[in-house]
Formats: sequence, C-alpha cells, structure tokens
Amino acid sequence: MTTAAVTQGAVRDPGGDGHPRRTDHQDRTAGSPYSLTHLDVLESEAVHIFREVAGEFERPVILFSGGKDSIVMLHLALKAFAPAPVPFSLLHVDTGHNFPEVLEYRDRTVARHGLRLHIASVQDYINRGELRERPDGTRNPLQTVPLTDAIRNARFDAVFGGGRRDEEKARAKERVFSLRDEFSQWDPRRQRPELWQLYNGRHAPGEHVRVFPLSNWTELDVWQYIDREQIELPAIYFSHEREVFRRAGMWLTAGDWGGPGDGETVEKRRVRYRTVGDMSCTGAVDSDAATLNAVIAEIAASRLTERGATRADDKLSEAAMEDRKREGYF
Amino acid sequence: MTIDTLRFATAGSVDDGKSTLVGRLLHDSKAVLADQMEAVERASLGRGQEAPDLALLTDGLRAEREQGITIDVAYRYFATPQRRFILADTPGHVQYTRNMVTGASTADLAVVLVDARHGVVEQTRRHAAVAALLRVPQVVLTVNKMDLVGYQESVFAAIAEEFTAYATQLGIRQITTVPVSALDGDNVVEPSRNMDWYGGPTVLEHLETVPVGHRTNDEPARIPVQYVIRPQTAENPDYRGYAGQITSGALHVGEPVTVLPSGRTSTVEAIDMLGEPVGTAWAPQSVTVRLTDGIDVSRGDLIAPTATAPTVTREVGATVCHVADRPLTIGQRVLLKHTTRTVKAIVEEIPSRLALDDLSQHPAPGELVANDIGRVRVRTAEPLALDAYADSRRTGSFLLIDPADGTTLAAGMADATG
Repeated sequence: MTTAAVTQGAVRDPGGDGHPRRTDHQDRTAGSPYSLTHLDVLESEAVHIFREVAGEFERPVILFSGGKDSIVMLHLALKAFAPAPVPFSLLHVDTGHNFPEVLEYRDRTVARHGLRLHIASVQDYINRGELRERPDGTRNPLQTVPLTDAIRNARFDAVFGGGRRDEEKARAKERVFSLRDEFSQWDPRRQRPELWQLYNGRHAPGEHVRVFPLSNWTELDVWQYIDREQIELPAIYFSHEREVFRRAGMWLTAGDWGGPGDGETVEKRRVRYRTVGDMSCTGAVDSDAATLNAVIAEIAASRLTERGATRADDKLSEAAMEDRKREGYF
Repeated sequence: MTIDTLRFATAGSVDDGKSTLVGRLLHDSKAVLADQMEAVERASLGRGQEAPDLALLTDGLRAEREQGITIDVAYRYFATPQRRFILADTPGHVQYTRNMVTGASTADLAVVLVDARHGVVEQTRRHAAVAALLRVPQVVLTVNKMDLVGYQESVFAAIAEEFTAYATQLGIRQITTVPVSALDGDNVVEPSRNMDWYGGPTVLEHLETVPVGHRTNDEPARIPVQYVIRPQTAENPDYRGYAGQITSGALHVGEPVTVLPSGRTSTVEAIDMLGEPVGTAWAPQSVTVRLTDGIDVSRGDLIAPTATAPTVTREVGATVCHVADRPLTIGQRVLLKHTTRTVKAIVEEIPSRLALDDLSQHPAPGELVANDIGRVRVRTAEPLALDAYADSRRTGSFLLIDPADGTTLAAGMADATG
C-alpha cells in the first residue's frame, strides 16, 4: 500500500505559513513546455464539440442571432473545419423587434461565409393569428413556438445554442448535449448523465439534441476571446448615444415595438448592450466603454450579472428561465 | 501570464450543508454579483428567514428549492487572482450517486463534506470510493458544522484520522482535511477565529494552491479521429485532414504513427491547429492531422505514435457505474461508445457488485441497477483501441448505451488489457 501524502493542516504545514504548496504550483505553470492559456483550452473543447456533432448528426443547425455568443460560436465553427467550409446552416428566430444593426450584421456575415440562413419569424405567427401579443409587449417568450416548429419542419437533429452555464442558475444545470423530445421539452430531472467528454447524441426520430459548445465559458471569457481573435461585433455592444426610456429599472430603446408608454419619457444617454435580444426586454447599460479593452475592464468590475443587468424576462419569477427552457426555449 | 484552471467536484450527504459551503465559497470569494445576492435575499425573506440562505445561490431548480436539496449536478465558474475554477456541484443523496460520478469524471479534485456531529458515515465512504474509482487525483475532506461541536480540535482530529485511513486504503494519494463552519464562514475563505489550533489553509487557499495533476503530456499521444476534413475546393483540391482532439501526450510532424484498429502505419506530414500549421501539438488541443500516405482513415479510428500504440481488443473488462433506471443484465445487447467509436457489444458477464459500505465485492449479482458500481465483461463486434482507465481517463473510459432508444446505461472504466 502506498503511503498517502496527507496535508492535515493543523499538523503538517512545514512552511508554517498556511501555504505549503504555493511553490509547487508556481513551478508547474512556469516550467511546463506544454502549457496552454485558459482560452486555448476553452477553444479546443468547443471545437471538439462542433466536430462531434458534424461526425454524428445528419442535419445540424447553429442558432444565430447576431449576438456575441452566436458570433463566437460561428467563429469557432469556421476554425473547426478549416480549410473546408462550415458544414452547418444557420437559424435565426426573428422576434420582429430586432435591432436593425444586428440584422444588418447577420445578413452581411451570412453572405461573407457563403452560409445558408433559415429564419423563423415571430411576426409571421402573429400576423397569421397563431400567436398573440402579450399584454406586457415582450416577445421573448413567444420565440419558443416558431423555434420548435422550425426545428421540426426542417428536421434538424442537432441545434447549437450559445447558452453558457454561468448565465443563470437553471442554465448551470444544462448538459453540453441536451436531449429534447418531439415537443422540444427539457426535463431537468431526466437528463442523461454526461461523463468525461463522451457525448451521447443518440435520439429517436422526432427528437433532437440541443448542443452548447460554450457551456464552460463565462461572459468575460467570451469578451477576452473576441479580443484575442479580433472578431467583429455589431456596434450596439459598444458605447453610443441612443434614445432610451426607463422601464422596470432598465433602459429600453424607444421604437415602433411599443415604447415608450404613458408616463415614460425618452432621453438621450450614452449606453451599450451587454446582450442582444428582443428590443422589448433587452436593456442597455450606461457606459462609456467604446473599445474592446474598455468593455473588458467594465465587465471585470461590474457588480451585476449579464442577465441581471439587461434581461427583464428573467425577473418574472424565481424560476423564469427553467420554466421557459422546459417548454423548449434555449 | 497563464492562469490555470482547477476543475473540482463537491460531494456531501443530505443536510450536511454542502450547498451552504458552495454558496459561502462563491459569496466570500466575491463570485456572487449584487443582483444574484438580491435575489437570494428576496427569496429568503419570502420564506421568513432572517439571514440570506446561501444554499439558494446554487439550488437552481424549482424542485430543489421546494425540497431544500440538490438534485442534479450543476456547474459553476469563478476565479480568484490565483486561478480559475470550474465547480461541479453534485448532489449527495444516495439515489444521485450517478451525478457524483458525472461530476467526478472530469475533476482534478473532490471536496467531500461531513457533518462534524455525525463524522464519517456510509455516504462519506461512498463519496471517497467514487473519487478513488474515477481516479480524482486530490481529495479534500471538509469537516463542517464545527460550530455545533464547540470547535473542538479532538472532534476534527478523530474524523480526519478515520477518513484518511479509509481513503488511503482506497488508493487516494493526496488527502487534505479542513475544519469549517460553512454557515459562519470559518475556514472557507477566511481563516477561523474560533479554531486557533488549526494552522492549515482555508478551503479556498488550498484550492488556489494545490498543484493540478495534468500529467497527460507525459503519456503516449492519442488522437481519436472525429471527422475527415476534405474541402475539395479549387484552393484545396487534395486536402485530406483527420480532425480530432489530442486526449493525451504530444504529437510531432515527422513522427511515425499507427492507425487503429486497422494497424496501418504512416508518418505525420503536417499538423494544422485550427487553420495554422504547427510542428508539435499536445493535449488537450484540437488539431487536424495530415499523413504522408493515402491510407484509409475515418471517424472512430485512433491515431497513435507507432512506438506507443495501444493494443486492440474485443474483450473488455471494466468497472462500471450504472446510471440508468432500467437494469443492466447478462446477455444484454448494447452499444459501446469509446472515444469517437460506437460499436455493438454484448454483456457477457457481471462478475460482481461493489458494496460501498465495506468495499467488498458481492459475487454474481445477476444484474446492475441504478447507482450500482460493479464489474462487467463485455464482448464487442469490432476491435477497440482501448487504454486502461488507470493510464488515461479519456481513452480508458466508455459508455454503454441502449440501442433501442439511446439511453446511457452505464459509464465504464477499462481494465488493463493483455
């Protein structure tokens, strides 16, 4: 039997300073010829996930909103299959309340890489009377039906999402490969255990798998990677002057979608967005951060989470995200 | 400067305060932001609690908050100036052993929690056994609720001694023990003022400084082929690259390699690192390998240096953790997923089931049911290039899958092959 190396703090602490191993640690990181940065490790893991899906599925699609997480996903997919093209098409769930700058970015990106874009339109569903506008005007929860219909109609069997586990405590429970039934439902109590990096993508006809290559990334990792790779983003991520009004503690963009309402006044402020989503529920934050470095510094110092700062719909109840995910939302 | 990442998993029995410990770790290391804390304060007040219940920071599902227990593994991310952390927060209840196995499968370190009043109980032994089986290199025992035993050194010392003896017997090499009170924050992030007799690191200090056991670069190189990249474009008419993540070791241009299971040999002509050529690549980099010969290579093959290539086998002996609600039986036809290769297989034998209370092997159990850990012998329809789990967590592990509906049945850790 091998003798265990026991650090029973009270008894064995040769240095007497409470840090018996700090030296070892420094030597290891400095001395290894094969070290990698944490961004290298995250990138490699995400590429591995993209390639697994390419190897095992018939009809994968990347959810692409023109937001930073989906932009990073596309960038990773481009690297994963270089010098060949990305073997997936893109799907955008268009709420009808998107930022024009983001739609412009979306179309330009699709054209530049010669990709195919599917669009699922919430407005079309409303026009046809298949979905009804909510009293609070937010369209985020309305995305679920067009999304799940699009998946079923196009028979997508793997759907990449940019969700990160650091975003929200229900998302923290999400698998990298997340099996959904034919109604796209998520049942957090019946998830497949996910061990090592062995992803089980088996599914019955009609079922599909949601895949989250950025599961282990944090908001800061995403921004540091965007900086390292010099990835272009829609301008609304950087400080600019915008007409906004206050609702439920957030700065919303004034526009045809339904704001401002009675008693709400528009003012010009220097703001930027931390997330990009439906205009009716995505808030801007006051910011002078006009460059990647300034944005990274701002996020590192922020005392608010990305969603806490900018997403109204997550505040609807203690389990708002879990409830939407159960129904098929990302 | 490179800041490395420690992946760790927590395990504890129901009601021993694990969620509180994790909440305290996140809160006191300033990883909890203001809006998250406000949400916890609001929810705690709503339940009539005066102080914020830190367990609410981590119990993310409705059912978890209703029952006050952790049901499913959750992953959390935080960083200090010393290191980044990925925490697999796993439930302690016996019926969720499979979730601890999930968390432990990628962990460099496991934090096992015990209640100072109860000491080492069956669940503690189970957690230590799982950590040992999954080959988690480091184990930290936190003796919680020291406030409820008067912060007595003798209570801590007795539990630490008993646990260390047990864990050592399991083959765990690195064991650290820390007395804490998660509720009050003693020795979690801040040193305790109530336990002057303890001179060791706090839990966070230990996590920040413990060496991460990434020995994978000393191991032989392994590249399971995920996907063949063939652009067939005007710029790249003849490009044929084998995409895969290096699971261990390092690979060099010019190195003689063998492709398994076919056994064909070739030489590494080039290594492309996500579009850029490099001379050497190492674990865990995702690369694309080009070979000098036009031999047949496809998804599921393994590329390895000829000098250190594994043998191939169709007879797999392994320890498995059964993770499904339906049982695993002798004669059952399954799919075996090993690296990027999925093959048909049949369960030939279930020689024994592990009794976690005393670590004895119960012979011939006939079947394995949910949360059982047992020994199996499996025969596969095609040969596998399998390493022993003791040598490699990536190329020594596999899943058993129900071919009917894709359910993951069991997680396997292979024995050394002949």
